[in-house]
Amino acid sequence: MTIEQAFTERMDEGELMNCMRCGFCLPSCPTYIQTGGDEVHSPRGRIALMKAVHDGIIPVTDEMTNSLDVCLGCRACEPVCPAGVQYGQLLEEARSIIQDYKKPSLKEKIVRKTVLNELFPKNEQMNRAVGLVRFYQTSGLQKGIRKIGFLKLFPESMREMEQVLPAIPKKVQSDRRRLLATGEKKATVAFFQGCLMDTMFQGTNQNTIRLLQSAGCDIVIPEDQGCCGALHGHAGEKNKAVDMAKRNIEAFETMEADYIVMNAGGCGAFLAGYDHLLSQDEQWRERAGRFKAKIRDFSSILIQHGFDKRIHFKKKPHRVTFQDSCHLRNGMGVCNEPRELIRMVEGADYVEMKNADGCCGSAGVYNLVQPKMSMQILDDKMENVMEVEPGVIVTANPGCLLQMKLGIERAGLGRQIEAVHLADYLMDE
Amino acid sequence: MSQQQLISQLNTITGGHARGSQADLLAYSYDGTPGFQAMPDAVVSPGTTEEVSQIVKFCRTEGIPIVPRGSGTNLSAGTTPTAGGVVLLFNRMNDILEVDEENLTVKVQPGVITKDLIDTVEARGLFYPPDPSSMKISTIGGNISENSGGLRGLKYGVTKDYVLGLEAVMPDGSIIKTGGKLAKDVAGYDLTKLLTGAEGTLGIVTEATLKLIPMPAAKKTMLAQFSTMEQAAEAVSAIIANRIIPATLEFMDRATIRAVEDFAKVGLPLEAEAILLIEQDGAEAAVIDEMQLMKEICETHGAFSVELAKTAEEANNLMTARRSALSALARLKPTTILEDATVPRSKVAEMVEAIAKIAAKHDVTICTFGHAGDGNLHPTCITDARDKEEMHRVEEAFEEIFKEAIRLGGTITGEHGVGEMKAPYLEWKLGKSGVNVMRMIKQALDPDHIMNPNKIFGKSEKKRVVVGR
Repeated sequence: MTIEQAFTERMDEGELMNCMRCGFCLPSCPTYIQTGGDEVHSPRGRIALMKAVHDGIIPVTDEMTNSLDVCLGCRACEPVCPAGVQYGQLLEEARSIIQDYKKPSLKEKIVRKTVLNELFPKNEQMNRAVGLVRFYQTSGLQKGIRKIGFLKLFPESMREMEQVLPAIPKKVQSDRRRLLATGEKKATVAFFQGCLMDTMFQGTNQNTIRLLQSAGCDIVIPEDQGCCGALHGHAGEKNKAVDMAKRNIEAFETMEADYIVMNAGGCGAFLAGYDHLLSQDEQWRERAGRFKAKIRDFSSILIQHGFDKRIHFKKKPHRVTFQDSCHLRNGMGVCNEPRELIRMVEGADYVEMKNADGCCGSAGVYNLVQPKMSMQILDDKMENVMEVEPGVIVTANPGCLLQMKLGIERAGLGRQIEAVHLADYLMDE
Repeated sequence: MSQQQLISQLNTITGGHARGSQADLLAYSYDGTPGFQAMPDAVVSPGTTEEVSQIVKFCRTEGIPIVPRGSGTNLSAGTTPTAGGVVLLFNRMNDILEVDEENLTVKVQPGVITKDLIDTVEARGLFYPPDPSSMKISTIGGNISENSGGLRGLKYGVTKDYVLGLEAVMPDGSIIKTGGKLAKDVAGYDLTKLLTGAEGTLGIVTEATLKLIPMPAAKKTMLAQFSTMEQAAEAVSAIIANRIIPATLEFMDRATIRAVEDFAKVGLPLEAEAILLIEQDGAEAAVIDEMQLMKEICETHGAFSVELAKTAEEANNLMTARRSALSALARLKPTTILEDATVPRSKVAEMVEAIAKIAAKHDVTICTFGHAGDGNLHPTCITDARDKEEMHRVEEAFEEIFKEAIRLGGTITGEHGVGEMKAPYLEWKLGKSGVNVMRMIKQALDPDHIMNPNKIFGKSEKKRVVVGR
């Protein structure tokens, strides 16, 4: 079967036809804006390209695949689509087909192999890798390497990323799989740890758990859980994502929790899409549906359980803004809750920045494989940040957090602005 | 001429802003019209009027069609390159050049997004009323070429009522300037009006001077619910007959309400058979009086609920939701085919009834919404392009709707343009002699038929030089 035949067979024709080409998505698309209004780099254009291949009008060309590669997958086009086209699903299927047929470039191969095959599916590896980063940071190696200019061999964005990686905490092996609510119990939640959150951002996970406890949640942490598979799914590695989905469903369905809760929008939206990912699999479809129905971001749970009546946060007066996580907002429909939580903090002067709902350019491994577009988007983002002059930028996803740290560094604002995760913002003094 | 030569020439003229990969061509092979798609030979983004002129001169010499295109939201296949050729974009000509607060005018390049223009002038307390539903996406150049309407057409008119002057490149490459910042100007034929709504068939608009008016002091919005479509339509006629001209008087039937609410979640009443969305602006006291009067008229005609929006945000949400109606209907079936048959406003109730009858007769599903206040309805058929037999019935139903609109003293298109889609019906509205006059104008200005061929008049009989691939 040729790649074009695979498009005809595997792409969801009904969904492709649901796009009626009204163009309502155009103003929401970061790459359409960045390219000065290039239809090739718009959601409508990308769907038209997929449909044209599906219909046999054009073959798969480098320009066609490039159009899909340049897409951030931020899904900002979905909530603004009156016709309700599931763009993210179309994109993932198309990428999966291309992945099955195309030979990726050497650079992409390396990123894919290390990030997707080695790091993320295996928690031990992630532990070890992040452990290495910690070793690198604490052993004096970081200083040495910076001195001899070894990092000049890497692309600019990766060099800068090296500078903003957070100080890695020593891995705390916790065997505590069940934690109790503070005060009256309102719900039992199963906590999804996430790979990055569980290693590089362990402190954030601990803070999230404490917040959930304060909100009246008993917490269970299933031992057998793994990576959500989002990076794989977004990158066209559908089969790997399916394996991970099954593993997580198995790990969580025995827990009898009211909700499955996480603090990373990217993971949350992907977990909430397991039902679609497994829709072709009769044995798993229903289980995935039940799993999906329980997915919540921690911010929703805090608001839902009247968190504000239980806890009062007080900080020194400061100005703060929020950068949406695209998948939290566009995938899970959560955007008010984090803002409400920030506004609850005494001393917080919350200012909404322009285009806060626009992608920051992090987008999974996008900032590694499409550094130019990613940095263009980030630099525009920082201009909006500077307009509101915040002391703190709050984020709701690890990728966004690292990207905002990078943006602050690039803009030379390291002394004035701090980027933090919502859970840390609420908990830390 | 090969495609490569064409692109290389366009690149020479524009300094490297022409493209022609298969992906590029495919992405400009369509607009918002269902059922129309055709590949152009090149896509070019000129940066100046002079570059546009050079492109036109070159294409005329070579006999290559030019399709000017804004954001491609056209609903009559007006920007689909059905004869191939060059798709000409304005994404590099998108500046607001001047807001003249003394003359109340604004000068813009064609690529400016309509909403950006509206926001810019409103920030200065000025008002540009034409507000097509696609205004967040559409360009001013496109609005001018299509003479776009919108939700405020009833009280404030349409795009042509705000175009004071144009700069345009004619089909021979010459650059003309028409009109200006003048309230009165009768120096010769009104070429401004001729080019406005010409759908890019007579020349290319490269700059426009538009009229602004003062921002009304107050604005109020309300929603009236009815248990039959006829009641709502009668209320529309009664409002007009009572000498009230609201800024907006929009109609939505049950199916449309449901689809829109499914998307926008603004709390539209799902139990109503029809709603009217009414907005009035002006001096505050007058607005309050007229809204009260319209409320009473609606109630007299059977409205079971009439409620004012409590906040500006709520009002804005309602209007934004209404603007999504066409696309929201696409939730129901894969293909949505919409028309914009327009009748004198006193005939709205008759037209609504006729549409329902025609839909039943041909066994097709037609949802109706639209600018009821100005008689401009958007009967929209939800169907599936793969079902050839049903598509045939849809076509028959729309033919009948056009006939009925004309019988009631209306027209085949109120604001979407003829394009290629409605070209076969143009004669029904204009008669043979009417079409003939238009053809003569076209022939005089564009004897080589390079400007957006096939549009308005349908497929041209003229054999054209096709770009070799």
